Amino acid sequence: MSELSRRERMKRTPVPMPERPPDERRTDFDEVNDGYTAELAIAEAERCLYCARPTCVQGCPVGVDIVEFLRQVEAGRFLEAADVIAADNSLPAVCGRVCPQETQCEGACVLANKDKPIHIGHLERFVADHARAQDRPVAPPPAPTGRRVAVVGSGPAGIACAGDLVGLGHDVTVFEALHELGGVLAYGIPEFRLPKEIVAAEIDRLRERGVSFETNAVIGMVDTVDDLLTVEGYDAVFLGVGAGLPRFLDVPGENFIGVYSASEFLTRVNLMKAYTTDGDTPLVDVRGKAVVVFGAGNTAMDAARTAVRLGGEPVSIAYRRSREEMPARAEEVAHAEAEGVHLDTLVSPLELLGDGDGRLTGLRLQQMELGEPDDDGRRRPVPVPGEIREVAVDVAIVAIGNMPNPLLLRATPDLDRSERGTVVADHDTGSTSKRGVFAGGDIVTGGATVILAMGAGRRAAAAIDDFLRTEPQAAGH
Amino acid sequence: MNTIVETRTLAPAVKLFRIDAPKVARKQRAGQFVIVRVAPDGERIPLTIAEADSDAGTITLVVQAVGKTTTLMNALDVGDEILDMAGPLGTPSEVAEFGTVVVVGGGVGTAVSYPTAVALSEAGNSVLAVIGARSRPNLLLEEELSAVCAEVRVCTDDGSHGRHGLVTDELADLLETRSVDRVLAAGPVVMMQAVAETTRPYDIPTVASLNPIMVDGTGMCGGCRVSVGGTNRFACLDGPDFDAHLVDFTLLEQRNRAYLDWEAKQRADLHPCAAADQAVDFEATP
Ligand SMILES: Cc1cc2nc3c(=O)[nH]c(=O)nc-3n(C[C@H](O)[C@H](O)[C@H](O)COP(=O)(O)OP(=O)(O)OC[C@H]3O[C@@H](n4cnc5c(N)ncnc54)[C@H](O)[C@@H]3O)c2cc1C
Ligand SMILES: Cc1cc2nc3c(=O)[nH]c(=O)nc-3n(C[C@H](O)[C@H](O)[C@H](O)COP(=O)(O)OP(=O)(O)OC[C@H]3O[C@@H](n4cnc5c(N)ncnc54)[C@H](O)[C@@H]3O)c2cc1C
Ligand code: SF4
Ligand code: SF4
Ligand code: FES
Repeated sequence: MSELSRRERMKRTPVPMPERPPDERRTDFDEVNDGYTAELAIAEAERCLYCARPTCVQGCPVGVDIVEFLRQVEAGRFLEAADVIAADNSLPAVCGRVCPQETQCEGACVLANKDKPIHIGHLERFVADHARAQDRPVAPPPAPTGRRVAVVGSGPAGIACAGDLVGLGHDVTVFEALHELGGVLAYGIPEFRLPKEIVAAEIDRLRERGVSFETNAVIGMVDTVDDLLTVEGYDAVFLGVGAGLPRFLDVPGENFIGVYSASEFLTRVNLMKAYTTDGDTPLVDVRGKAVVVFGAGNTAMDAARTAVRLGGEPVSIAYRRSREEMPARAEEVAHAEAEGVHLDTLVSPLELLGDGDGRLTGLRLQQMELGEPDDDGRRRPVPVPGEIREVAVDVAIVAIGNMPNPLLLRATPDLDRSERGTVVADHDTGSTSKRGVFAGGDIVTGGATVILAMGAGRRAAAAIDDFLRTEPQAAGH
Repeated sequence: MNTIVETRTLAPAVKLFRIDAPKVARKQRAGQFVIVRVAPDGERIPLTIAEADSDAGTITLVVQAVGKTTTLMNALDVGDEILDMAGPLGTPSEVAEFGTVVVVGGGVGTAVSYPTAVALSEAGNSVLAVIGARSRPNLLLEEELSAVCAEVRVCTDDGSHGRHGLVTDELADLLETRSVDRVLAAGPVVMMQAVAETTRPYDIPTVASLNPIMVDGTGMCGGCRVSVGGTNRFACLDGPDFDAHLVDFTLLEQRNRAYLDWEAKQRADLHPCAAADQAVDFEATP
């Protein structure tokens, strides 16, 4: 690989991700990005400078050994590359697709200041997809330790935690409230961005390795955490229950028919298949209807792009700050725009309007401008006096974030939580105020990212292993 | 898992299921429900746990076929399995020694209020039931309620059994002659609203078991939000029981009509002739 000089590497242009044309993809739910071929992957890896002090690795929340994995890609050793990534990241096919790379690995790449960072995410995705297609045998299970761990929630935190624990010989059962596994990866992030078969393949692999799964198990209602530790005889519990309670705008008219939380809208479409002829779950017909989405994070982009695919016209994002402040991944904003989503920035909803049957018909928007910076350094949007307009809309989707779901927490009063209602857990170990109970992911951080949830799940797995080994008489025995 | 061990037809289009579900049976408290799904790609629907037997490890559901999912469910029989069943969900009904409690049930709402009537009776209350249906054959659980209630009063729309009239007529008469400490209503939205208006002048604490459309039943979607005292509450988390004098019933009624077109189409697909009838059946049982 070192045949290429540094200068030659710097001269190369970045290899773009092949993607389906907007007009084609906006009519179906198939994946937007086609993925690199082996040739494209090698060509992109050949731009890497193999820095002695790789800043990219510092930018990755779990410290994937990017330098080594890119070396293997450049040499065409894709399975070896997959093994390098797997040491730090148990969900590379997912993270390669959904990590906000521009603020993480790629944002920290030395080439980023020339606007030519290595497309680490695309390469990670390529390597993971390649390895999955090989269907390699799973590692033989280690000697069973005889210790049992309950993992609550099957999102990235729970999946990652379960994977490491089973790899250490523990007997692991994952409890999931819904009828399907995967957490937000299954019911939130749409098919066109993260094909469900990828999530299913990860789950299947865990099953092959011996993890048990129980769906329709709402912990806190059927078994409590205490039941798991005492009645059911688990030695430790990991809570990866996410931040599932949707937040609403708190403006008049929010209960009109046609106003959805993003979670409801996406759940009806992704989990309940409201868009197919097979699905029995209804959705307000959006074909030819004006759709507005409040918020500008990944969830908002997903909702807007889903509305486009369901035939919504026009579909717009209403955001109270400017485009620069949008928290969504840059790629999602670009894709949304290319697919025809209109970005209506510096507006804030005052009121939703409806007809006599309680159906949404419109909304009143307040024009905003950016004022003084607030506590987090972002300029605070302030209303422009008198600038209020009325717009006709048929469907409104609220995507302004989630709060921790109180269901499990109410049933576990001795678990310390923060003012925001999140579970208080140690960053390095996930341990909570309750002995034998660990937590990680969105339930601890509030709505964050897949990679952070995955990392927290893995750190907790290591801590749980420690706990089980050092304290043979674990909680409840 | 979730094997049906007994079924019984209680009334036209209303079927009782006893289902093997030991954990749910052990945890259930009056007023809670399960979410079931009976077909791949099928809808998730809430159903009240009418009875739970923790020794036998079974729960009982009473299901009125009103649309696709409930019709598919009622086609199941002994030995069949419920594809997905999650619960118990919801906040249990408040059970204490109130004194004299009137339980008002309309149509399948009688099955919804039955477990709470039992629990209230066990807690030492004098429980009176006022139950109604379109016609005698549609009346549910009269015998079962008689076993736990001091009195059961029946109303039918056509006068074929008990009083010829609405449950609220009976309730109004009852309130004139008795001192009542608490009223509970479960049934069609219009009925619950009428009950709330009937008890309001007397200032009697009144609870309605609300039936908004749900998806997950775990607080994740917000689709089940109802307005109570001007504040949005999630019926699957904080309910389904709420103070009937504070509930915005008009809103609930409207939101339950969100998917009328879709539901009518699904009914028509299932059985083309009976479709129109059944829709009326469900709406008109106060
Ligand atoms: C629409 C959308 C798009 C997103 N896009 C991105 C993106 O592009 N990139 C990115 O990095 N992040 C993205 N995120 C954020 C990311 O998905 C989350 O940060 C991540 O999924 C959190 O993982 P988790 O394991 O903590 O929780 P979750 O994924 O929320 O999983 C929690 C699971 O626990 C289950 N559960 C809850 N309570 C109970 C209970 N009492 N008993 C049993 N089970 C229970 C839930 O049903 C759920 O399945 C997105 C989120 C959404 C909603
Ligand atoms: C907490 C709770 C407990 C319930 N308990 C029971 C029970 O014990 N037994 C029982 O038979 N039903 C019960 N229901 C109502 C039941 O969930 C609905 O009848 C069911 O969802 C209808 O589904 P479907 O696909 O068969 O009909 P759909 O095609 O979805 O609807 C058919 C008709 O029913 C109306 N409808 C739809 N959803 C509801 C709803 N949630 N409440 C009232 N009307 C609705 C529609 O407007 C339409 O007229 C309960 C509802 C809730 C929220
Ligand atoms: S896990 Fe995410 S941040 Fe880390 S290298 Fe992979 S894509 Fe980049
Ligand atoms: S910082 Fe960029 S160029 Fe340097 S090793 Fe990392 S990916 Fe390669
Ligand atoms: S049914 Fe989804 S929040 Fe209640």
